[in-house]
Amino acid sequence: MGVSFDPDPKLAQYAHPERLVTTAWLAERLDDPDIVVAESDEDVLLYDTGHIPGAVKIDWHTDLNDPVARDYVDPEAFAALMSRKGITPDTTIVFYGDNFNWWAAYALWVCSLFGHADVRLLDGGRAKWVEEGRPITTDVPRPAPAGYPVVARDDDTIRAFKDDVLAHLGTGPLVDVRSPGEYSGQLTHMPEYPQEGTLRAGHIPTARSVPWKRAANDDGTFRSLDELNAIYRGEIGLQDDDDIVAYCRIGERSSHTWFVLTHLLGFDRVRNYDGSWCEWGNAVRVPIEKSAEPGSAP
Amino acid sequence: MIPPRLQEVVDEFATMPREMKLPLLLDYANGLPPLPEGFDSSELQRVEECQTPFFVAAEVSQGQVRLFFDAPPEAPTTRGYAGVLHTGLDGSSVDEVLGTPADFFVGMGLAELISPLRLRGMGAILAGIKRQVAAATA
Repeated sequence: MGVSFDPDPKLAQYAHPERLVTTAWLAERLDDPDIVVAESDEDVLLYDTGHIPGAVKIDWHTDLNDPVARDYVDPEAFAALMSRKGITPDTTIVFYGDNFNWWAAYALWVCSLFGHADVRLLDGGRAKWVEEGRPITTDVPRPAPAGYPVVARDDDTIRAFKDDVLAHLGTGPLVDVRSPGEYSGQLTHMPEYPQEGTLRAGHIPTARSVPWKRAANDDGTFRSLDELNAIYRGEIGLQDDDDIVAYCRIGERSSHTWFVLTHLLGFDRVRNYDGSWCEWGNAVRVPIEKSAEPGSAP
Repeated sequence: MIPPRLQEVVDEFATMPREMKLPLLLDYANGLPPLPEGFDSSELQRVEECQTPFFVAAEVSQGQVRLFFDAPPEAPTTRGYAGVLHTGLDGSSVDEVLGTPADFFVGMGLAELISPLRLRGMGAILAGIKRQVAAATA
């Protein structure tokens, strides 16, 4: 039972090597019926221009978010989505996507809220697969609907809400993964991204700045364990038993860092604050630090 | 008001069933004409609000606006926005372009498929076109 892990030596260094696969490993297993490859992109049309043969599309906006409330889909909608994509609870899902796997990591994190057991990320994502000249197709698979049970969403273990973060101030580390300009309060959005309507700029007091990109090489793969340890354990001093909260602007870049901290570095208690700056920067009377320094808890 | 040809494109999207809207946008992405030979894309203006490298140039000749776009193939949604604006506005008069409402795309019904925040990229491109047209006719 179960799909074997990718034994690639680069992956073996990480705390949970079973959460990553290489392009070479995946290329050999595109016909494995126990694996569903899922593409999640920033650009909603990219999958339709060509994708890994057999891969299904999971859209962060239309598939994973509730259409009305700012929240994720409910258990019924999640079960329907998984069934539609041919996924059962025993399926190994390998996520990949554009933009350094931001949305792939986000989709993986949402599936983890619902307790899907075997979720993996393709190291290097879509860009590496394409760069290596591996096959791409526009054929959209039509999987037979699979039976996926309705399971509760666990919003406590790996997800943090605004009130959780307020209670967290001064008790545990916060990691702000946005760009330096967003952190210090010069910008309320990513450079060159559309304004997303945040009224206040800065960061949550005590948060340390580690832009998400520092965890990635230029080809989209993750940095080595030593490099990651130097940043997260060395520079900002995270320790094994820390209760860590990561955030960005709407929760996608912090999903990338959540994956790094949880699955590559092995921290047991990491939560993604998906409300992130779009909530905090608009909330009334929450403390804000507007400088390049972490600041102190109120 | 929305110029007639752009209105036709908006209506085309509006009447398309939900599941056909993204394929239609992909058609517009694929139909975006390449830059004419000899055109130096480094001279094109970058739309700063856009999330991907994207270039647009608007030229005005005898009161008529000509539009030139460039965007990488790995940004098909942005190319699709460019295709919509090229089909809808290329060859329009200066007044038509400057009078195009900033929210012309709302009626296309794309907001349920593309995050409304990302959809604003379309408005940013139009704003870039208007700035260039206004500068060329000042």
